[in-house]
Amino acid sequence: MTIEIAQMYKSFGRTEVLRGIDLTVANGELVALLGPSGSGKTTLLKIIAGLDWPDRGGLAFDGQDWLQLSPQDRRIGFVFQNYALFPQMTVRDNIAFGLTVRPRGERPAKAQIASRVNELLGFLQIDALGDRYPAQLSGGQRQRVALGRALAIEPTVLLLDEPFGALDAAVRRDLRRWLRGVHDAMGTTTIFVTHDQEEAFELADRVVVMNHGRIEQIGNAATIHDAPATPFIADFMGATIHLPVAVREGRIGGAGIDAAHLPTADLPNGPAQLFVRPEDLLPIPDPSGPWSVSSVTNTGSQLRLILSDASGTEIPADLRRRSPGAQGLTPGVRVHLRPEAGSVFPAETV
Amino acid sequence: MRRVLIGTAALLSAVFIVVPLVYIFVQAFSAGWGAYVANILDPNTLHAIWLTTLVAIIVVPVTIAFGIAASWLLSKFVFPGRGLLTTAIELPFSISPIIAGICYLLLYGRQGLLGGWLSQNDITILFALPGIIMVTMFVTTPFVVREVLPLMQAQGPDQEQAAVTLGAGGWQVFRRVTLPNIRWALLYGAVLCTARAVGEFGGVAIVSGSIRGKTNTLPLHVELLFNDLNVVGAFAASTVLTMIALVVLIVKTVLERRG
Repeated sequence: MTIEIAQMYKSFGRTEVLRGIDLTVANGELVALLGPSGSGKTTLLKIIAGLDWPDRGGLAFDGQDWLQLSPQDRRIGFVFQNYALFPQMTVRDNIAFGLTVRPRGERPAKAQIASRVNELLGFLQIDALGDRYPAQLSGGQRQRVALGRALAIEPTVLLLDEPFGALDAAVRRDLRRWLRGVHDAMGTTTIFVTHDQEEAFELADRVVVMNHGRIEQIGNAATIHDAPATPFIADFMGATIHLPVAVREGRIGGAGIDAAHLPTADLPNGPAQLFVRPEDLLPIPDPSGPWSVSSVTNTGSQLRLILSDASGTEIPADLRRRSPGAQGLTPGVRVHLRPEAGSVFPAETV
Repeated sequence: MRRVLIGTAALLSAVFIVVPLVYIFVQAFSAGWGAYVANILDPNTLHAIWLTTLVAIIVVPVTIAFGIAASWLLSKFVFPGRGLLTTAIELPFSISPIIAGICYLLLYGRQGLLGGWLSQNDITILFALPGIIMVTMFVTTPFVVREVLPLMQAQGPDQEQAAVTLGAGGWQVFRRVTLPNIRWALLYGAVLCTARAVGEFGGVAIVSGSIRGKTNTLPLHVELLFNDLNVVGAFAASTVLTMIALVVLIVKTVLERRG
């Protein structure tokens, strides 16, 4: 059961929300749509569910044109960000909803529905909550009920919009592991939307990074982290320090920057920008270095240094407190920079 | 300070609300039970009670249906002109009902814009039941919308969308998801609408012509009796209106407790 999205465009008024999306999701895959707010990821999810319609482009499910199909006929399991449980129904009735609204001919018998609901309550580990109302549940419990309601109809595809957005950190981690287990047990093709990288990489088989209505890169944690395809991805993945450098004969150089050891991926000669994470930036004491340490903050295991140059530009650098050389980095010390890792993009693309 | 405020509030309520209400009943019964019953059973009074009831029976369901439809439209869909429509629905609140009556007079009257066409086709609107109903509808349009719309807006379309993805059709979504969420607001709006429909005076006075035993609603009848210097009759008819109002008030209070 493959989902194929081809050249999809969508605008709300003058705002282009999707600008040519091409994506194929394989049967049984767990895919994350990752991006900042406004990147179009939720709109894409809603279009797949049939709750919104593209201006143009294709959406096929196993070769069948889904844009000709109403949302009722797509059999999508959609889990909303705020769960959208029906407040006047018990947990049991919420989960049974999708079965009880079926036309008379297709509707399972009452006893069958009840046993299916019981099965799901057990599977989701909320057996004891069947007769409660949504208002009487915690956030994590509501999330499980919302998932149970979506799974009850045996969906062809499971779509989740920011599934852990409204939960606190500890519950989030538990539910993440649990959701991965649910997916592996059910084998349902699943797409979820998130703005949290850790969540995306931990849970998904493949992560689709979106920005301004386009897909910037598709991959797993290693490829996206280590080989960001675009400056946006590098920045989004935490390489927030942008240093002006120059590429000459495949080597990177810059004033006070010792980056000759970094791979340049065959960049042409000329000005470029080096994107580095604060934890990959190593300050080396150097009396003639252009940077100086302006402050040091001890966070326990780490030191956060703020470095500044003559023009007043400030950049952060994080290092382990017990790493060799850390003792020598006190306010006022002059340094040059040695990035341990980073990505280089030609200046005109940044 | 608190005592002064409570005392003032109690005194003002007594002077402006309780005493006049009690006085209606005192006056109505001032000539004894016999005269009260005779006045209520007067054919013209009975007809006025019947006419007012009929107007409410027709107007309230229509206003409820309109209120639900308009709130649904305004809260679950985005379309050009939505703000304008929201304002238009509130318009009857800010316009004096008497102006609505005059507009209808100019539009549907014999010399009015549509008057010629209407009389050619033998359709009577003014000085008859249709006119009374139309003006009452105009006046009561916003009541249900005002109660239901904010609630629907606050809830957003997520629950309905969830129901749709689970396979529910339009009617199932409405009956099983939307309606249970708005039922108390809907009842509350209907109660207020009923009170207004029964008590409407200004707009109806213009379009009904106040023909005794024909187009005289209860509030108009009270005024006629009063102008006839039939004080007992006017107050007796008023007690009927007052009792309707009290019942409405009690229903409203009960609903507010439950909702």
